[in-house]
Amino acid sequence: MNRIQIETREVNLYYGQSRVLRDVTLDIPEKAVTALIGPSGCGKSSFLRCLNRMNDFIPSARVEGDILIDGSNIYESGTDVISLRRNVGMVFQKPNPFPMSIYDNVAYGPRLHGIRDRAKLDEIVRNSLTGAALWDEVKDKLKTPGTGLSGGQQQRLCIARAIATEPAILLMDEPTSALDPLSTARIEELVRELKKQYTVVIVTHNMQQAARISDTTAFFLLGDLVEYDSTPKMFTSPEDKRTEDYITGRFG
Amino acid sequence: MNAINLRKQLEEDLTELKRMILRLGKMAEESVTRAVWALKNQDVEAARSVIEKDDEIDELAGSVDSACMNFTARYQPLGEDLRTVTSIMHMAIDLERIGDYGDNIAKAAIDLSGQELVKPLIDIPRMVDTLSVMVEKALAAFDTNNAEAAKEVFPMDDLMDDLERQIMRELLLLMMEKPQRIEQASSLLNVARTLERAGDHITNVAERVVYIVTGKTVKASAFRRPKER
Repeated sequence: MNRIQIETREVNLYYGQSRVLRDVTLDIPEKAVTALIGPSGCGKSSFLRCLNRMNDFIPSARVEGDILIDGSNIYESGTDVISLRRNVGMVFQKPNPFPMSIYDNVAYGPRLHGIRDRAKLDEIVRNSLTGAALWDEVKDKLKTPGTGLSGGQQQRLCIARAIATEPAILLMDEPTSALDPLSTARIEELVRELKKQYTVVIVTHNMQQAARISDTTAFFLLGDLVEYDSTPKMFTSPEDKRTEDYITGRFG
Repeated sequence: MNAINLRKQLEEDLTELKRMILRLGKMAEESVTRAVWALKNQDVEAARSVIEKDDEIDELAGSVDSACMNFTARYQPLGEDLRTVTSIMHMAIDLERIGDYGDNIAKAAIDLSGQELVKPLIDIPRMVDTLSVMVEKALAAFDTNNAEAAKEVFPMDDLMDDLERQIMRELLLLMMEKPQRIEQASSLLNVARTLERAGDHITNVAERVVYIVTGKTVKASAFRRPKER
C-alpha cells in the first residue's frame, strides 16, 4: 500500500441545518485511484469538494473535523487556499473549457501563478497536453478555441488545465458522465496513466468504471461512509449488506 | 429501463441459471447412481442408457457456460451476483465431470457384464448412496443460499475416502488370492476411485455455495478430520 496522502478525521459537513456528512474518517493513498461511490445525495461529491475547500463557496456550508494533506490541516486558519487548489486540482462533470484558445486554457493556471516566460509556458502546455493524452490531436491548432473540440477532447483539455499547475492530487467529479463510451474509455485509460504521477480521487455513478480504474473504493450512504476497502474486495465480497445491495443494483 | 426493472430481470435470469445447475446436478447424480445400479445388477441396457444420456449432460453444461457469458455481458454483475455467476461456471464443470464418471462406470458395467463378480458389491453401492446424499445436500444448499447446509457436505467426504480405502484393501486381498481375477478387480478398483473423485467434485460445489453466500473462500479440509500421517 502506498503512503497515505490525504487523511480525513471525523469530518462533518453541514449545509445550514442539514448535516450532509457524518464523521467521515478516511485515509487516501498517494499515487493511486480512490473511487467514491453511492446513490445521489449520499454526500460523495460534497466530500470530494471538502478536499480542496470548494465548499467555501457555499455560504451556509460548515466543515467540522480535520482534513490533512501531507500532514497539514487544510482547514487551519492561515491556509493559503489558492495554493491548496493549485496542489489539489479538480475536473468536473461537464467539460468546462474557458472561452479562449486551447493554449490559453492550459496556460491559464501557470500564468495566474506568475509564469510569464514564453518558452516555459510552451513547455508546460506541451507537457500538460501530452499528459492528458491530447497533444497529438491538437498540436497543430493550439490557437483555436477550446470550445471547438469534441466533448471527450474538451474533458481531456480540462484535465490538461488541471495538471498544468503541477498538482499532487486530482479530484474528478463524474468526469465521464457526459461522454460517449469511446471518450469515456480514453478518459479511463488516462486516469490509469495519471495515477503514476498523481493521487486521483474520483466520484462515479458507474460501478463498472469504479471497478475498472480504482485501487480503493469508498461507499457512501446518507452522509455516512459505510465501507472502504480495496476495490476488488468491495466489488466481489463487500462486508456490509448495504454495500452489497447497492453494487448489485437493489437500490440507488 | 429503470433500475428496479433491470434488477427484476437480472434476478429472473439468475434464477434460470440456477435452475439449469439444479437440473445438471440431478442428471449427473442420476448418471452415477444408475451406472452403479447397472454394474451391480449386470444390466447392460441400463448401462447403455447412461452412456446415451451423457451427451445431454454435456450439452446442458455447455448451455450453462454460454448462458453465464450472456449474463455477464448483459449485466456486468458485481457482488453476490458476480460470485454466483462465476461459481455457476465452476459448478457446471464439476457436475459435468460427475456425469462423465457415470459414463465411465457404465462402460465398466458393460465390460463386466456376464462375468461372475469376484464379490458381491456392497461398499460401491454404499459409496454411491453417500454421493447421492452429498449431491442432494449441495444442490439444496445452493437452491436456498444456505452456507451452513453446504458445510454439512464436507465431513461426508471422509466417509467416501474410508469406503474407497476399504474397497481397495478388500480387492487387493482378492487379487493376491486369485490372480486370474486381477482384471475385474482392478476395474472395480477404478470404479471406487472414480466415485471418490466424484465426492471431491461435489465437495467443490459445496465450497462454492459457501463462497456465494458469505463471500469467503473455505477449504472443505478444515471441516474434515485431520489427515492421518
